[in-house]
Amino acid sequence: MSMATATLKLFSQLSDYLPPGADQNQALIEIGPSTTVDGVITALALPAGKCHLVLLNGVFIPPSERIATPIRPGDALAIWPPVGGG
Amino acid sequence: MSWTGKFLRVNLTEGTVKSEALNREWARLYLGQRGLASKYLAEEIDPRVDPLSPDNKIIFTTGPLTGTNASTAGRYSVVTKGPLTGCIACSNSGGMFGAELKNAGWDMIIFEGRAAKPVYFHVENDRAELRDAQPFWGKTVWETDAGLKAHHQDPMLRVATIGASGENGVLFACIVNDLHRAAGRSGVGAVMGSKNLKAVAVRGSKGVRVKDPVRFLKSVAEQKQVLADNAVTSQGLPTYGTQVLMNVINEVGALPTRNFQDVQFDGARRISAEAMREPRRSDGKANLVTNAACFGCTIACGRISQIDPGHYTIVNRPEYRHASGGLEYEAAWALGAATGVDDLEALTFANFLCNEHAIDPISFGATVAAAMELYELGAITSKETGGIILTFGSAEALTALAELTGKAQGFGRDIGLGSKRLCAKYGHPDLSMTVKGQEFPAYDPRGIQGMGLSYATSNRGACHLRGYTVASEIMGTPVKTDPLVTDGKAALVKAFQDATAAFDSAGICIFTSFAWTLENVAPQLDAACEGEWTADYLLEVGERIWNLERQFNLAAGMTAKDDTLPKRLLKEAAKTGPAKGLASGLATMLPEYYAQRGWSAAGVPTAETLKRLALA
Ligand code: SF4
Repeated sequence: MSMATATLKLFSQLSDYLPPGADQNQALIEIGPSTTVDGVITALALPAGKCHLVLLNGVFIPPSERIATPIRPGDALAIWPPVGGG
Repeated sequence: MSWTGKFLRVNLTEGTVKSEALNREWARLYLGQRGLASKYLAEEIDPRVDPLSPDNKIIFTTGPLTGTNASTAGRYSVVTKGPLTGCIACSNSGGMFGAELKNAGWDMIIFEGRAAKPVYFHVENDRAELRDAQPFWGKTVWETDAGLKAHHQDPMLRVATIGASGENGVLFACIVNDLHRAAGRSGVGAVMGSKNLKAVAVRGSKGVRVKDPVRFLKSVAEQKQVLADNAVTSQGLPTYGTQVLMNVINEVGALPTRNFQDVQFDGARRISAEAMREPRRSDGKANLVTNAACFGCTIACGRISQIDPGHYTIVNRPEYRHASGGLEYEAAWALGAATGVDDLEALTFANFLCNEHAIDPISFGATVAAAMELYELGAITSKETGGIILTFGSAEALTALAELTGKAQGFGRDIGLGSKRLCAKYGHPDLSMTVKGQEFPAYDPRGIQGMGLSYATSNRGACHLRGYTVASEIMGTPVKTDPLVTDGKAALVKAFQDATAAFDSAGICIFTSFAWTLENVAPQLDAACEGEWTADYLLEVGERIWNLERQFNLAAGMTAKDDTLPKRLLKEAAKTGPAKGLASGLATMLPEYYAQRGWSAAGVPTAETLKRLALA
């Protein structure tokens, strides 16, 4: 049975941390029943200071909730370092 | 000091130029640039004047820090009554022009009347004169810039000019300085054109005097360090530019797409900052060549791009193969997501054309988006467009119309009316995505609720630069708030609006505010300028400016009814993303905002508020 997957998107300076095979700033990642937002950040060794804007399906997950927020099959986790513009 | 203390008054009707002393009391109350010029405009014109008549005035104005070595201190603004909106207009630009004007010894230039024949205004330190612009009339920005430099044999001349668009009343014509920096919004270029004023060309070498040079240098160094230590102003903006937002705003479901029919664009990634940095398949080069900085800026967010030489837009037009001003986020959105076009090279070409012909890419792109919806409905046909197939997603239609609008030709003249007048002309006024006649920028108020209130109450019509709550609602600066709720947004919008008015009056760039608050600006102003300048006082100045602008607009005929959003945003819910099912909650926020401001339920500042702000 194949594992369930979610989409990981890393942008701006975090693009360098995309797993092999990523295209257009995104990659499919395998997830298990206990995968969390924080778990993905740790597994990819993303620098904590650069994980500023962390969006699960477009909704901001504050740092304090990342450990307890599960990732479900089909979710999209998108992460940016601090951004500004306008 | 820091103000030069004098300005030029140019009567175009009579052909006279006078030097006048700056009103120091007003400088104390309104600081400079946006605030001070708005005060002069409000005192000197009847707010009900026709913006394109000789009775309107147009003011080129610097701030006290402009031309100093504070970071980003090269800004100037153009203040007038805007023809697109009928409101007070204040368009801010970077580049080198503003600092040059200040270094020539002038805080501002007030142009009044209308010249009988095309003229340009040449300033070289104390020498200032009107000159014949017949040879440049009808010429593009780039031709005029090169022509004036050649004529004066001065490659360092700084030129702010209009193109044929401004000469021919395109209502979102802008003023471009230094080839690709623009006083972009509200049609300030059309006002210049209506006065037969083609360009302002400036050379200044006097330097700017500050009150306490030692303290000023120390303060400037400290505040530059704050920018250098901040991830956004030291890394994010220089590397990716404002365009980093394309994927962010799409992901949060607030990227207005196809004239705000949708809030997410499937082509967003292809027109983003990340795409601009990738080698192209065709020639192996990236669209982005380098970043660039305005005068004295230590952030350097500017984009310099080069179009793929094999792309259809320029394959037979070698004159566009050079590197020039590339896509900023707002332009990329308006030319791209708003119209459904995801061809990065075509958007870059359209952006070049907007610079070359001096049209505001936000209003242009947003108006094309409205025209595309009208075309798909059958309200506009190929007969009107001169054969252009104006469907969403057509890069060919977009680039053809950029040229026609920039030159004020063919169907470009209809586009040049702006979205409000275009949609009214073709029988669907509700399809115009505007507030007070000005097109929206790149944030959907259904997905970022505070921006709905910010647009509805902006004194120059829909605008992101009057109160950028996106910083808080999306980026978490200074604190993260939830973009989907209306609670607390009235106070947030007011705080952003007042602080921004103070930044805009100081001579610095608003992008410093990703790292600076008024606490960082105040010590620099206090060391540079006469008087005492604290963050609290600056916030009061900002609030005073906001109310002054409001008073002008009310006197011009605006009412609370104009503080609204198009029906689509109030009634049609977002279809996808986190805001799915949500429309704008403006009705909840607006009364609270009026109360926060000390305005009546009809949106009029109360006598007490006016007194508190020294406006009565
Ligand atoms: S931050 Fe960007 S727009 Fe602002 S002054 Fe610097 S280069 Fe110009």
